[in-house]
Amino acid sequence: MAEPMRIRATMAGDVADVKVLMNHAMETGLRKDSKTGQMIPAHYITEVTASVNGTDVLNAGMSGGISKNPYLGFKVKGPKAGDKVVVNWVDNKGDKNTAEAIIG
Amino acid sequence: MNALRRNVLKSAAGAGTVAVAVAAGLLKPTLAMAGAPRTAFEAKNVGDALKGMGATAPADSKDITIKAPDIAENGAVVPVEITSGIAGTTSIAIIAEKNATPLVADFDLTGGAQGFISTRIKMGQTSLVRAVVSAGGKTYTATKEVKVTIGGCGG
Amino acid sequence: MKQQIIMKLLTGLAGLSIALGAATAHATPESDKQELIKYYTQKYPNVKIDDYVYGALAFDPDSKSQYDAIMEFPPFDSDIQKSRAMFETPFKNGKTYASCLPDGGKQIAGNYPLFDETKGKVVTLEDVINDCRVANGEEAYKYNDMKTMGLLTAYLRSLSDGMIMNIKVVGPKATAAYEDGKNTFFSRKGQLNFACASCHVQNAGNRLRSELISPAIGQAVHWPVFRGGDNLFDIQRRYEGCFKSVRAVSAPQGSTTLNNLEYFHSALSNGLPMKANVFRK
Repeated sequence: MAEPMRIRATMAGDVADVKVLMNHAMETGLRKDSKTGQMIPAHYITEVTASVNGTDVLNAGMSGGISKNPYLGFKVKGPKAGDKVVVNWVDNKGDKNTAEAIIG
Repeated sequence: MNALRRNVLKSAAGAGTVAVAVAAGLLKPTLAMAGAPRTAFEAKNVGDALKGMGATAPADSKDITIKAPDIAENGAVVPVEITSGIAGTTSIAIIAEKNATPLVADFDLTGGAQGFISTRIKMGQTSLVRAVVSAGGKTYTATKEVKVTIGGCGG
Repeated sequence: MKQQIIMKLLTGLAGLSIALGAATAHATPESDKQELIKYYTQKYPNVKIDDYVYGALAFDPDSKSQYDAIMEFPPFDSDIQKSRAMFETPFKNGKTYASCLPDGGKQIAGNYPLFDETKGKVVTLEDVINDCRVANGEEAYKYNDMKTMGLLTAYLRSLSDGMIMNIKVVGPKATAAYEDGKNTFFSRKGQLNFACASCHVQNAGNRLRSELISPAIGQAVHWPVFRGGDNLFDIQRRYEGCFKSVRAVSAPQGSTTLNNLEYFHSALSNGLPMKANVFRK
């Protein structure tokens, strides 16, 4: 299946700084395979959600216009060190991935 | 602007709305089967994307900062960072105006999430990168031009 | 005779004894390097030599800022994980690469290429990998296969990130190999009739169409690179690309010509820290 995503979450002052690196080809469906001459089918993450200690903080819609191996950085005020960040994604084929990290 | 998408996903009328969208030619059947109606993401020009987002006339704002390169090193991986200084920011969307489908991503921010998003986008050619921010029920926008070249001697 | 020809062809480098070839009295790899450093720093007094490890990026803040943003959490992270798995997976006989390498492979890349007196030739880190494979009953990798040799070196070289480049050129045979590499670097080649030095010495810091040209000092420390974040290039694959760019036929990766070039080229970066792995456009 999909390789695990990496999450780095640290407190910067009173804000939790979260950085996520997802693993995904993010094919737009507009690219041609140079060897076969066929269009490479669209395959990209369509939604990403994130929560901290069970509270939803991020609900994102993505297109194939996000770069391969998507990177996402966001900040949340309120959490403390030790709180848990959970990130989920789903793609246009129904593949899913989830990962979590403790805010350091 | 994302109320439309999330309501369609959550409401029982979701299936009906999707069927209507497919019939209207706005959605390709394959994407409809994937279960996430994404009219705005399918839009092929900025106007339709904004309409699909429910943000037809966002006000220009100097409180939105777009950190993006003047000249992209590689159009496949352009780092873009949007910071919204507008109080009560509830969402940030990123549009690459000349991409085949300009709406690249949109981010609903809740539960203490700040008006800040950092990501990397694909740009097919030189164009404006546009941020659309929702705050207090209104929409705001700012742009920055990013040049994309076809590079040279990368071997 | 040879040194006069090189002088004539590379006017503009007049006064640079490194371009004159081995016959210059008192020329050593260290003096060659110092001479080039003086040449570049006179041309670009505001760029610190420490920043030359960033190549062309040291001359363009807009590019450097993109590099910094991407290097914060590089997209090729999963490739490095794959590389690590390749490196740590035992051979059929149960041994691993670490058993062939000094210190298990940690902080060694800055010593390569080195001149092997017993073999009488320059040996690269990639040669050491293949020697290890063959000694343990495995097939040697093809030097130009980025999916095997290239990918394996990505993790291995990351173990040497920060190591100071430390190429040794001792003795007449090693010196001859170094001079051969220097000759390749300063000789015009290809349909476009450029030497490596035409761009990377004479025009370092200038633009060739839209591309900013990097100086030769600091070039050899930062390999492999992931172009666009996902297209792996090791240094000899890049040499091949340069040869093609001037429309010359390149010697193959792993050949004596390219090994000697890498030997000379790496010695020019002695004293600078290795950087592996990095993003480039």
